[in-house]
Amino acid sequence: MSPVTAAPQASSTKLDARVPDGPLSEKWDRHKFEMKLVSPANRRKFTVIVVGTGLAGGAAAASLGELGYNVLDFCIQDSPRRAHSIAAQGGINAAKNYQNDGDSVQRLFYDTIKGGDYRAREANVFRLAQLSANIIDQCVAQGVPFAREYGGLLDNRSFGGAQVSRTFYARGQTGQQLLLGAYQALMRQVHAGTVTVLARREVLDIVLVDGRARGVIVRNLLTGEIERYAAHAVMLATGGYGNAYFLSTNAVNSNATAIWRAYKRGAFFANPCYTQIHPTCIPVSGEHQSKLTLMSESLRNDGRVWVPKQPGDRRSPGQIPEGERDYYLERRYPAFGNLVPRDVASRASKKVCDDGYGVGDTGLSVYLDFSDAIERLGEDVIRERYGNLFQMYEKITDENPYKVPMRIYPAIHYTMGGLWVDYDLMSTVPGLFVAGEANFSDHGANRLGASALMQGLADGYFVAPATIAGYLASTPLAKVGTAHPAFDDASHGVQSRIARLLAIKGRRTPREIHRELGKLLWDKVGMARNEAGLRDALVHIPHLREEFWQDVSVPGPERDINQALEYAGRVADYLEFAELLARDALERRESCGGHFREEYQTPENEALRDDAQFAHVAAWEYAGDHAHPVRHVEPLEFEYAQPAQRSYK
Amino acid sequence: MKLNLLIWRQPNRERAGRMVPYVAEDVSPDMSFLEMLDVVNEKLIKAGEAPIAFDSDCREGICGMCSLVINGIPHGHERATTVCQLHMRHFTDGQTITVEPWRARAFPPHKDLMVDRSALDRIIAVGGYVSINAGGAPEANSTPIPRDIAEAAMDAAACIGCGACVAACKNASAALFVGAKVSHFALLPQGHPERARRVAAMVAQMDAEGFGNCSNEGECEAVCPKEISMASIARLRREYIRAIWRGGK
Repeated sequence: MSPVTAAPQASSTKLDARVPDGPLSEKWDRHKFEMKLVSPANRRKFTVIVVGTGLAGGAAAASLGELGYNVLDFCIQDSPRRAHSIAAQGGINAAKNYQNDGDSVQRLFYDTIKGGDYRAREANVFRLAQLSANIIDQCVAQGVPFAREYGGLLDNRSFGGAQVSRTFYARGQTGQQLLLGAYQALMRQVHAGTVTVLARREVLDIVLVDGRARGVIVRNLLTGEIERYAAHAVMLATGGYGNAYFLSTNAVNSNATAIWRAYKRGAFFANPCYTQIHPTCIPVSGEHQSKLTLMSESLRNDGRVWVPKQPGDRRSPGQIPEGERDYYLERRYPAFGNLVPRDVASRASKKVCDDGYGVGDTGLSVYLDFSDAIERLGEDVIRERYGNLFQMYEKITDENPYKVPMRIYPAIHYTMGGLWVDYDLMSTVPGLFVAGEANFSDHGANRLGASALMQGLADGYFVAPATIAGYLASTPLAKVGTAHPAFDDASHGVQSRIARLLAIKGRRTPREIHRELGKLLWDKVGMARNEAGLRDALVHIPHLREEFWQDVSVPGPERDINQALEYAGRVADYLEFAELLARDALERRESCGGHFREEYQTPENEALRDDAQFAHVAAWEYAGDHAHPVRHVEPLEFEYAQPAQRSYK
Repeated sequence: MKLNLLIWRQPNRERAGRMVPYVAEDVSPDMSFLEMLDVVNEKLIKAGEAPIAFDSDCREGICGMCSLVINGIPHGHERATTVCQLHMRHFTDGQTITVEPWRARAFPPHKDLMVDRSALDRIIAVGGYVSINAGGAPEANSTPIPRDIAEAAMDAAACIGCGACVAACKNASAALFVGAKVSHFALLPQGHPERARRVAAMVAQMDAEGFGNCSNEGECEAVCPKEISMASIARLRREYIRAIWRGGK
């Protein structure tokens, strides 16, 4: 197969989003009424598998358990409380209008559609905005200790992409507190006997019977046994694929294996090229680096970004006189200066570093300097605003940002693409539901700050429990046990792949190859992409994949705790997924949100959308290991939010 | 930097473990402790040997999965720091460093530096929540909560469930962990309807899991990466006595 031929555009006959009729604001209520119900006495006869215990998975498993279904919930960590939702800092959006500043469901809907650069499905986003208020009610009732005003009412902060204050927060640990709320609800159901949590298990395949998702094959990470679980429906809530880039703000165990296995079983993968870069991360300090740490973007409110005017200038920042500094954001974007949007700031940083102006030992960082702000406002004010971030920065870098400028660099943070789902969050495999970051549905080409937590909990507490029930009530499902031949097939497939990995006994570690893949993706399929680079990536990725399967070293044994084996399997999947990522980026010949093609930009370096050609979701269908995937299209129609050009000048 | 490591290796629960010496070379001061172990493991994999098993996930100090006793101290000697956020600049060239797992009867070993902390989940399962179902929650602002109360609840709720408090305690008590959760809900009005039942059930489960009693040494607070205060333990006792007096109501 030639990796550089363009895949033909296919029509969307296989993609029916099944959006309910009627006005936008009535669709969800109408749909809930029209869906069939399962009577309380019958619910325990249905088993639902949930994969993941983050905000989406934990909340869905808990809610399904509360309703009386029999739920099996899997996680790779030792406890469901450790899912990576826990690391979200900033907050969660909700259209409560507590600040009386003109917020509404319509406005949150509109901001989310616009923030996503008009590449999301209107009906899903409207439902998300509607449910946002219920989430806050639910979490407060659970005892989530949100920040409060002196009068005892809930406090809000403002966040990027909105002109209202609608973000609820619990210090810099909002994700932690929301996740613990969901985890506690989950453990309550474990105690009640409705939910079984199967920790330290990794899903390695989805089992289909008669074309429907009916179970999973998992590796028990403690014993190495391959286990089988059957169910009436399966929901994946396994997060995004940011770790394909090797370095990201994801947890080290976050991976794309479950969604990739589902893709290979027939679930379409939508918009993989939509990846979000966060501009204010702590830079890489060396090859040993295992992950990147994000700092709130609010730092750019008072910090000034600069690099030396001379490339390769190794003087300490204090020795570089004012006249020899290039405040490149202020120079290039006089109106917005240091506050240009995430993607613009990130691309500019990468460019100056690629051109040799970067600072620090690696040359891969730029200064974020607070000295002017400290002079103007005093150190106390800066400490009050950013004290915890400065402390975190100093802990990691051993540099005092009150005295020397911070060094920052962009990092992969969130992935908007994911498995394609319809209005019910069901993938193209009947009975396989996908929630949270693992699906593609609500953020379009770019996610706004404080919207990931909102989506995870909306999917988990409210949407999936209703739509999974609707599916179970309306679908005749034959009795299927784990002795079914489909389980044998899937189980053998998993086992033979593991045996193959262990048998290679090559010279390279999975990490070395993963690091190489990450660098390739970062350079060619990172924050700025072009046709030549993408075609280059499509040539190199298969070579690297071949090298992996020829020369990787994975020590045994199979039937034991074997973290190297776990990791090798994930890297093998990234090496396949990366190709789809590059292919999708190549085929989308426009710039939008987190997908920036250098060929398509305004004179001000803004993303230039092509609504005539690309106002659609691209959903890829697996066609075999040696064939091109098929690109399907779901057209996006904007009835209520009219597409407009983004401008931050 | 070059470091001499003494690392606990144990194949599984049934077989005895021992300290095994390793040398870590070319250690950068900017590495985290876990990144230093990653490098040691890379060398072991290249040599076809079994890498050292240890738990970690977020590597930014919030998930609570990493769990190493370094030179006798859970999470190492830096205050308010998880081991994933402990950097090698706090060690000196040529130093000998011992690395052991959490040790407690209630945390049986899995392998090397990994232990089973599911006892903490089972304590939460018997009562560490407000018993409400999704849907039907009242309007969020219908119950004003004084800011200082909300902040105190947040101080307790910040617990990451790592179990360092248990590992540090000579009695292997989980009093700080349980106290933090009980305090979080005892402070908030949402937690009040189940106040007595919650503390009674959680304490009973803590005992059943084989955790020891608290004897007020305070090692737990000293090692807690989130600096949860021992005042939580005082509140746990107060809540427990209150529950007994009221017959668990």
